[in-house]
Amino acid sequence: MTTVFKRPESLKDTETHYCSGCGHGIVHRLIAEVVDELGIRERVVGIAPVGCAVLAYEYFNFDVSEAAHGRAPAVATGMKRARPDLIVFAYQGDGDLAAIGMAEIIHAANRGEHITVFFVNNAVYGMTGGQMAPTTMLGQKTETTPRGRNALGEGAPIRVAELLAQFDGVKFVERCTVSKPRNVLKARAAVKTALSLQIEGKGFGFVEILSPCPTYWGLQPRVAMRMIEERMEEIFPLGRIKEPAAEG
Amino acid sequence: MAKVTIDSRRCKGCELCVEACPHGVIVMSTALNDRGVHFAQPARLEECTGCGLCAVMCPDVIIEVEK
Repeated sequence: MTTVFKRPESLKDTETHYCSGCGHGIVHRLIAEVVDELGIRERVVGIAPVGCAVLAYEYFNFDVSEAAHGRAPAVATGMKRARPDLIVFAYQGDGDLAAIGMAEIIHAANRGEHITVFFVNNAVYGMTGGQMAPTTMLGQKTETTPRGRNALGEGAPIRVAELLAQFDGVKFVERCTVSKPRNVLKARAAVKTALSLQIEGKGFGFVEILSPCPTYWGLQPRVAMRMIEERMEEIFPLGRIKEPAAEG
Repeated sequence: MAKVTIDSRRCKGCELCVEACPHGVIVMSTALNDRGVHFAQPARLEECTGCGLCAVMCPDVIIEVEK
């Protein structure tokens, strides 16, 4: 018999603290698979965020550092500049990247740092208890928007991928999701493109991954996945926003 | 016939594998595991083609597929 699927070497054989049906587990695995495939496990460094993925260093079987809330791109910048031979990626959620860390991500992207950023967007603050995030959808109920997010009071959701794509220093931007197997495989391809870009020394790569939060969306995991397709993708369209070859 | 192995102790019962399987191979148990959830288990293995879609969707990476 041949193995069709088994746990990648870059992912520790351990149980995660994530809720049932959380997308973080899938995204972790995709990154681990690509790290294995590219053979970079000994020279890759992940920067974990503050948020639900704060314990990512417990799960990846390679070097991971933890950054203060939202500062993963700044830590990644320092690490990459000090050790250009390393492959450095930041792994961030929407509260971490799009709220408190908005300055760091914008300036790291604008400077065209040779790092990779994986942005897991589940439209809500998870770890702190389900409050509104900058990416929360209009009408979406959260702890801090109990009647649903209203553009008049809270503004509209921020499309971070499109925002960053405008900078010359940004070489690759794609938005994908883990809502169903086909999309998971597309997300894997995007992760691979982004990390390959850094290996080739071509500059800043950004992958946004729409991910479910069954717990704070108040939905069964299977229903939460459908919610991504029915609602989230309308606001955050999937696809490649900036081609890696466009800038030469 | 393909072989699907699920580490039921670690299953959190999200059912994403059940949804992903095109042939209804995986079902949820009536028993509970130590986490207190109904866990996924391969039931109709004779229908399994070894496509691995269940494992592609599993957030807890507890499914192994061979064929």
